[in-house]
Amino acid sequence: MGDHHHGPAKGLSRWLFTTNHKDIGTMYLWFSFAMFILGGAFAMIIRAELFQPGMQLVEPAFFNQMTTLHGLIMVFGAIMPSFVGLANWMIPMMIGAPDMALPRMNNWSFWILPPAFLILASTLFMEGGAPAFGWTFYAPLSTTYAPPSVTYFIFSIHVLGLSSIMGSINIIATVMNMRAPGMTYMKMPLFVWTWLITAFLLVAVMPVLAGAVTMMLMDIHFGTSFFSAAGGGDPVLFQHIFWFFGHPEVYIIILPAFGVVSQIIPAFSRKPLFGYASMVYATAAIAFLSFIVWAHHMYTVGMPIAGELFFMYATMLIAVPTGVKVFNWITTMWRGSMTFETPMLFCIGFLVLFTIGGFTGLMLSIAPADFQYHDSYFVVAHFHYVMVAGAVFSMTAAVYYWLPKWCGRMYNETMGKTHFWISFIGFNITFFPQHFVGLAGMPRRIPDYALQFADFNMMSSIGAFIYGASQIMFLYNVIATIVAGKPTSDEKVWDGAEGLEWTVATPAPYHTFETPPAVR
Amino acid sequence: MGFISERLRAQVGYAAILIATFLSGGALAQDSKVNQVNMSPGVTSSGQAIYDLHMAILWICVIIGVLVFGVMFYSIIYHRKSKGFKASNFHESTKVEIAWTVVPFLILIGMAVPATSTLIHVYDTDEAEMDILVTGYQWKWKYEYLNEDGENVSFFSNLRTPQDEIYNTEEKGEHYLLEVDEPVVIPVDTKVRFLVTANDVIHSWWVPELAVKRDAIPGFINETWTRAEKEGIYRGQCAELCGKDHGFMPVVVNVVSKEEYASWLADKQAEAAEIKALMAQTFTMDQLVERGKGVYQSRCAACHGMNGEGGLGLPIAGSAIATGGIAKHLDIGINGVAGTAMQAFGGQLNDVDMAAVITYQRNAFGNNMGDMVQPIDVFNHKKG
Repeated sequence: MGDHHHGPAKGLSRWLFTTNHKDIGTMYLWFSFAMFILGGAFAMIIRAELFQPGMQLVEPAFFNQMTTLHGLIMVFGAIMPSFVGLANWMIPMMIGAPDMALPRMNNWSFWILPPAFLILASTLFMEGGAPAFGWTFYAPLSTTYAPPSVTYFIFSIHVLGLSSIMGSINIIATVMNMRAPGMTYMKMPLFVWTWLITAFLLVAVMPVLAGAVTMMLMDIHFGTSFFSAAGGGDPVLFQHIFWFFGHPEVYIIILPAFGVVSQIIPAFSRKPLFGYASMVYATAAIAFLSFIVWAHHMYTVGMPIAGELFFMYATMLIAVPTGVKVFNWITTMWRGSMTFETPMLFCIGFLVLFTIGGFTGLMLSIAPADFQYHDSYFVVAHFHYVMVAGAVFSMTAAVYYWLPKWCGRMYNETMGKTHFWISFIGFNITFFPQHFVGLAGMPRRIPDYALQFADFNMMSSIGAFIYGASQIMFLYNVIATIVAGKPTSDEKVWDGAEGLEWTVATPAPYHTFETPPAVR
Repeated sequence: MGFISERLRAQVGYAAILIATFLSGGALAQDSKVNQVNMSPGVTSSGQAIYDLHMAILWICVIIGVLVFGVMFYSIIYHRKSKGFKASNFHESTKVEIAWTVVPFLILIGMAVPATSTLIHVYDTDEAEMDILVTGYQWKWKYEYLNEDGENVSFFSNLRTPQDEIYNTEEKGEHYLLEVDEPVVIPVDTKVRFLVTANDVIHSWWVPELAVKRDAIPGFINETWTRAEKEGIYRGQCAELCGKDHGFMPVVVNVVSKEEYASWLADKQAEAAEIKALMAQTFTMDQLVERGKGVYQSRCAACHGMNGEGGLGLPIAGSAIATGGIAKHLDIGINGVAGTAMQAFGGQLNDVDMAAVITYQRNAFGNNMGDMVQPIDVFNHKKG
C-alpha cells in the first residue's frame, strides 16, 4: 500500500480480498437484502397458509420451520447485517477516517456470514427438517425434542455471533481511535453514537448467546443436563440466559435505526437535531436498562412476585428515554422548513408506527395485563411494529438517503414515494388487525386457527402480500438507480444535509479522507 | 403540492377509523366473538381487574398519542418549505427537556400503582377450595382432581375436531379447533387452584375468559387460580410453542353449578371404579376392535394417519411391529421409543384402552393377525 491513489482490484478478487470499508459495506447491504427477500418469502408462506382456516398449503411441522427460519433470518441475516453494512459505509466517512480501524478483520467478519446462513438454510433439506422450535428456541423443545439439524443451527449461531463480535470490535476501535482531529465525542453524528453504544451491547451479549447454544450442544451430544429437568437441570434457566441476550438484542436492532432517523429528520427539516446531548444520554440509558429487563419476556413462567415487580418497574422505565427521543424528533420537525422526499417519508412512517409499537410495548410491560397478551398475536403485532416499521423502515430511509452519495446517481423519486405509500399501507393492513386477534385470544405460532379469527387473518395475509410486493419495487428502484439513474455530482445531494460525508465528492471515491479533514 | 397534504389527511382519517374500530370493540366483544377486537373482561375478578388495567393504559396511550401525533401533523402540515415556512434554528431547551422526562415518569408511577395491586391479587393462590393438577403433553392436556378424600379423578383432554375438518374435506364446526373430547369441569363461585406442569416440553395453559395463563414446565409445578362467577363453557389454547401440533391442543373449561359439579365428580369416580372392574374382564375381538378404533383415532391417528398410512410417525399398516410379536408391540405402546416422538402411552391409557388399541392395530388397515390383547396382558407386561 503506497500512498498513491489506487482503485479497486478487478473481478471476483476485488470482493473476496477487499479490505475497503465501502466494498465491505456494499457486500453487507446486498447480503442483508438477499436475506430479507428469503426471510420475506418464508413470511409469505406463513401468511398464505393463514389466509383461511384449515390446513391448505403446508403441514404443521413445516409451518413451524417457516416461523423459526423467518425469525432467525430476519433478525440475524437481514436487519443486523444491514446496519453493519451501513456502519461500514458511513462511520469512517462521518468521523473523517480513511477506513475502519481493522480492515482485514472487517473482510473476515463479512465473509463468514454467507457460509453461516448457507448452513442454516441447508437444514431445510436435512432429514427431520429445519429447526422448528421458534427463533427463541426454548429448551427442551430445542434440545431433547429437536430435529437432528439443530446441531447445524448451533454451529450457524456460533459463526454469526463471531461475525457480530468482530464487527463490533471493529466499530469500537474505529470510533475511539480514528476520529478526525477536532471530532470530539459530543460532536459525532448521532448515527455514530448509537452504533458505538450498540457495538458495546453486542460485545456484551453475543457471548451469552454463544454460551446458551453451547449448553444446548452439550445437552444434546455430551450427556449434560443444563436444561433437562429429568437430569436435574432447569428449562427456565435457558429462558433467563436467552433473554439476557435477547432483550439487549432488540435494542441492538433499534438503536442504529434511531441513529439513522436522527440524521435524516434534521436534513429534511432544515434545522439542527433538537436535544443532541439528551439523545446521547437517552441512548445510553436505554442500553443500560436493556440489561435489567430481560424477564419481562417471561412473566408467565411463574417467577416470584418480587421478581415480577422488579422487571415490571424496570421495563416501564424504558418509556422515559424512548419518549425523550420521540419528543426530540418531533421538536426537530417543529418550525422547520420541511420537504417530504422518500427518506423523510420513511422516517415519518417510522416515527408514527414505532411510537404505536412503543405504546403496545408499554402495555406489555404491565405484568398482570401481560398474562392476557403473552404469546398472543398482540405480541406479534407489537414486535413487527418496532422491528419492521422501526428497523426496516429506517434502513429503507437510509438507503434512499445515502444511495445518491454512494453511486453518484439519483433514484426515481416518484417510485420511491410510491414504494413508501404501498409499504406503509400494506404494513398496517398486515399488522394492525393482529392486535385485534391477539386480544381476542389467538395464540402466536399456530398454523391453523378458530373460525372467529378468520376475517382479520385474511386481511393480514392480503396486507402481507402487498407489503412483500412493494419490496420488489424497492429492489427495482435501487438497481435502476445504480445502472441508469440520473447522474449527480453535487457534494451535498440534499440541501439540508449536514456532516462530513457530504463534504466528499459524489459519488464517494474509493478512498476518502486519506488526510483527515478539519473539524470546526 | 396540495396533493401531498390531501394524502396526509387521508392517512389521518385512515388512522382515526382504525382507532375508532379498536375502541368500539369493547362493547362488541360482549355479544359476539366473531371479529372480536378487544380483550374480554371474562368472568372472574382477575379478568375484570386486568381488563380495567388494559383499558386504562390503552386510553392513556391514546391520549398521549393524539397529543404527540397532533403536534407532529400540525408541524408537517404548516411547517413545510412548499408553504414558504422559514426554518428556525433552536436546538435545545433544558426546561422543556426536563419537563418531558419528569412528566412521563409521573404518569408511569400512576400506572404502576394499579398494576401492582392487580398483580398481587392475581398472585394470591391462598385459601383455594380445590386443586387440579394440569399436565401438558405433546399435544393434549391431562387433568387430575386432587381429592383429599376419595379417589383422584384424572383424564386426558384431546382435540375433538376431526382431521377431515382440518384438511377441508368436511365443513368446519362452530367450535373448530376449540373443542375437546373431555373438558375440565369446575364449580362456579369456587376458588380453584391449578397446579400446572408438563410431561415433555414447555406448554402454556391459557383461558382468556378466566384471565389465566401459566406456563407448564417439565420439572416445575406452577400455581395459578380462578374463581369463575358465571356458568358456561370457556375455551382457550396452548400458548407456548410446543412442537408440531401446538395449534391443536385446546383448553375447554366447563363451569357448572356446585350441585352439577358434585354429581359429575361422583360419576367420574364411579367410572374410575368401573374401569378398574373392566380391567379384570376378558373381551371378545369385536369389543376390543370397536373400542380400539375410538382410541386409535383420538390418540394415534395424528401421527400414524387415519388409515395407518403413517405421517410424522411410522405407518401401522403392514408394519413389522403391528404384524410381529405381541410383546414387542405392547412394549412400544407402553414405553414408547426413546429419542423419538413416540411417547410412552402406558401412563396415558388405561389397560383396557391399551389392550383395545393394540388389538385394533393388529387387525385393521389390512393387518390380519387375528390375535388379541386382553387388559390382563397389559397389566402383566407393565409388571414385567
